[in-house]
Amino acid sequence: MTRKTIAASYLGFLLIMLYAPIVIIIVFSFTEARVLGNWTGFSLKLYASLFQGGVTHSLTGALWNTLIIGLTAAFVSTVLGTMAAIGIFNLQPRAQKAIKLLNAIPILNPDIITAISLFLLFISIGISQGYTTVILAHITFCTPYVVLSVLPRLYQMNINLYEAALDLGATPLVALWKILLPELKPGMISGFILAFTLSIDDFVVTLFTIGNEGLETISTYIYADARKGGLTPELRPLSAMIFVTVLLLLVIINVRTAKKINYKTI
Amino acid sequence: MKLNTDNHIITIEHLSHAFGGKTVLEDINLTIRKGEFVTILGPSGCGKTTLIRLIAGFLKASEGKISIAGEDMTQTPPHLRPVNTVFQKYALFPHLNVFNNIAFGLQLKKLPQDEIKKKVMQVLKIVTMTDYEERDVDTLSGGQQQRVAIARAIVNEPKVLLLDEPLAALDLKMRKDMQLEIKAMQKKLGISFLYVTHDQEEALTLSDTIVVMSEGVIQQTGTPTEIYNEPSNSFVADFIGESNILNGIMIRDNLVEFAGHQVECVDKGFEPNEPVDVVLRPEDIYIFEMSDAAQFSGLVTSSIFKGVHYEMMVTTPEGYEIIIQDYHCFEAGRTVGLRIKPFDIHVMKKERHCNAFEGSIWDSSHVRFLGHNFKCNDDHGFAAGTKVKVQVDFNNVILQDNEEDGMLGGVVSFILYKGNHYHLTVLTPENEHLFVDSHDIWDDGDQIGISISPESIRIEKL
Amino acid sequence: MHRRILLFIGRRRNWSIPYVLYLSFFVLVPLLLVVLYAFTSETGGFSLENFRKFLMHPEAMNILIYSIGVAMITTLLCLLLGYPAAYLLSRMETRKARLLVILFILPMWINFLIRTLATVALFGFLRLPLGEGALMFGMVYNFLPFMIYPIYNSLQKTDPNLIEAAQDLGANPRQVFFRTILPLSFPGIASGIIMVFMPVISTFAIAELLTINNIKLFGTTLQENIYNGMWNFGAALALVMLLLVGLTSLLNSGGSVKAAEEGGLI
Repeated sequence: MTRKTIAASYLGFLLIMLYAPIVIIIVFSFTEARVLGNWTGFSLKLYASLFQGGVTHSLTGALWNTLIIGLTAAFVSTVLGTMAAIGIFNLQPRAQKAIKLLNAIPILNPDIITAISLFLLFISIGISQGYTTVILAHITFCTPYVVLSVLPRLYQMNINLYEAALDLGATPLVALWKILLPELKPGMISGFILAFTLSIDDFVVTLFTIGNEGLETISTYIYADARKGGLTPELRPLSAMIFVTVLLLLVIINVRTAKKINYKTI
Repeated sequence: MKLNTDNHIITIEHLSHAFGGKTVLEDINLTIRKGEFVTILGPSGCGKTTLIRLIAGFLKASEGKISIAGEDMTQTPPHLRPVNTVFQKYALFPHLNVFNNIAFGLQLKKLPQDEIKKKVMQVLKIVTMTDYEERDVDTLSGGQQQRVAIARAIVNEPKVLLLDEPLAALDLKMRKDMQLEIKAMQKKLGISFLYVTHDQEEALTLSDTIVVMSEGVIQQTGTPTEIYNEPSNSFVADFIGESNILNGIMIRDNLVEFAGHQVECVDKGFEPNEPVDVVLRPEDIYIFEMSDAAQFSGLVTSSIFKGVHYEMMVTTPEGYEIIIQDYHCFEAGRTVGLRIKPFDIHVMKKERHCNAFEGSIWDSSHVRFLGHNFKCNDDHGFAAGTKVKVQVDFNNVILQDNEEDGMLGGVVSFILYKGNHYHLTVLTPENEHLFVDSHDIWDDGDQIGISISPESIRIEKL
Repeated sequence: MHRRILLFIGRRRNWSIPYVLYLSFFVLVPLLLVVLYAFTSETGGFSLENFRKFLMHPEAMNILIYSIGVAMITTLLCLLLGYPAAYLLSRMETRKARLLVILFILPMWINFLIRTLATVALFGFLRLPLGEGALMFGMVYNFLPFMIYPIYNSLQKTDPNLIEAAQDLGANPRQVFFRTILPLSFPGIASGIIMVFMPVISTFAIAELLTINNIKLFGTTLQENIYNGMWNFGAALALVMLLLVGLTSLLNSGGSVKAAEEGGLI
């Protein structure tokens, strides 16, 4: 065997290991068997019952909650993060460094620490846990990533562009709208997508901040379901669909970043 | 003879290198003697870096042979070659401090610790970086990093030190200082240096021998004086220093005609009335108030102060522009006289007098060459398919702004100003060179259309 | 007054203020609350009771040590499996490598609960028992890409001139690797270790699902305590974990902030 085939088979082996579980889920989403691993012929029944609701009413509800929380948190994070990035960019180096360090804390913190600390905050101020607390928590861990997506665009930007606009008679507000924001847009979009995926993927922080009023997201639903002893069959088509959606979003992010030639942000 | 070759530390024979189907180096022959400072000089993309990388062993030659210290090393991997390299961007190991960077090669040779320490301290002294051994390399300035890079290479006592544009990243002042230091270091160490640069001044300052390269081919090898005073072709004359290069005719021995005047010179051995290239260095031309001593008269059209001398452009009544450098200033608008001493005129044999291609007859009124069927006069009298020699004069090639307007497209690859016109080298789509005289101004890299009228095409039997 | 407000908003650098306030309230204050709760007894008032309880309680202590062990083994396995993969990827033609790197990262974008349940399904499908073996597989499977990516990144950034310089100075291929390539990739390894070790030590659901609740990791203990209303003790445990995490990042000084910036954008 040549070096090349050894290399290729090693990478191939790792990829098979990484993808085997996902492939199994996707394959068995096309059969009816309630126990995973039994093949009872091709069927789309699981997909149908996932969409019809009925049986799995709570799953559809959880899906909606996940989407609403994800979109809200991503939107707020993008606005807050972009403003913060513009602010940071205009500060003195020392202040920049301090805020960047602060920004790194939520990223470095293990999920469970973020979760417990926020849980303690919410019970301390006596706010009842539900939609609001989950969204506030998600904004906390999403915004730092938006800041990190937008900041490089600012550093790459030709600062003269903005000044040229002012020089040509634009008011600061017009220059912001016509020059700065279009320049930052790619970073903002990447940041938004990133925030959205992080939010819908989150489990730990959600679990600790969602309260016990019956509000469920996909993650908490799966967890509760798994503790009861199994994978609700309808989760298979749902996972398959999430995988495909994430795949598409990733392709979008990557096409965007490939254009930037910025290797850091795969 | 035996003794002579013993003195050769590097011998390169018929070395060629192709990359991705493109020839980068073609039939390079070069010898470097012990203790010699050789500079490879050429514009970017001429293949000089490829040559040095072939010698270091980072690239494997497509053809030819490289011998170092009498041994064939064409296939030897880099770590077994007795040469060391100073890289363009230094390539210092960021994870090691100055001492460990320099000691890297010695540690690999498993030398005893105290000997390594002694040697490192010695070279640090040579490069005047004593007391810097504990420093991290990224805390050093560009010039200091450069010194460490040199120290790291010479501490291994290579047979030849290869330097790939080592000063390119430094500022002008620093570069000048380092040039002197490198020269002094080479004298002291007594090993051969092979130095690559695109800076002709640097090459002239440092070298014992200069190798001028262009488009993968050695154009001329010689001492700095030889290269400067007796360039072997118009490329070298144009690349080294500033020069006026004019078309001329060698009337007889010691008499050459150019710019409409016959002038005495010291060159001989040409055919009577042979067309030649005449090289005049701007500083060799005397400029003065118009008087009887003048060989040429002319009108100063511009005069610029260049720090030490003035650079003046003079147009002769015959329409030739000549650049002159002098310590005295003659303002624009003045009429001046010019004179050139016979030994300051350098006459070069022309490499070619017209474009010549191999082609074949297509039909009674078309001939095929440069990958295109050109219309030609129908009185050639050859049968279709006959292989023929096609000639086109330089001034009979018509260039157009739009590639589509021409019979075929091309790219301007080299421009030489000949006093009253430009001599262009055009690269055709089939990678052949077409030489064109033009009065229009073109830029390097311009995409152009090429046309040739039927009357301008001369056809001969091969 | 109105003018002064406008002027204040007009200053770009002030735009980071909302975010700094947000971070202070939702990151710094909660972390302080963790400390506060940890040093308070159930009845209120300063106390070291929680820590005493932790130290006297062999079960919690054992779980912590066991968790550190699992995290260390997982990190080591990921390093051993991931380094060759990253190295092979870095030697490839950039475009091909980029595609493969994306393939390696892609599974990370699926909810880790679903991934873990898929692993459970895979073990069921292959008729393998769940337990310690499954736990290690699941951990490596979940975190391997976090090791490959930063190492690949640092290897890929290595200046090819440095490798040539080593060859030039007499290093054979093996010496080139051990004296140049490997040490130059240490920052990547440091990032990789942080990105694997820290999440592993804090996860809780993976272990439960892969060992049918037979093995408890420290994260699970934490979560159970909070869930059972033992906020003070839970906070103390969280503080212990925080110290552990802080220690890891200190050992890899510098690596952690980089990990946050690079790994964050995966």
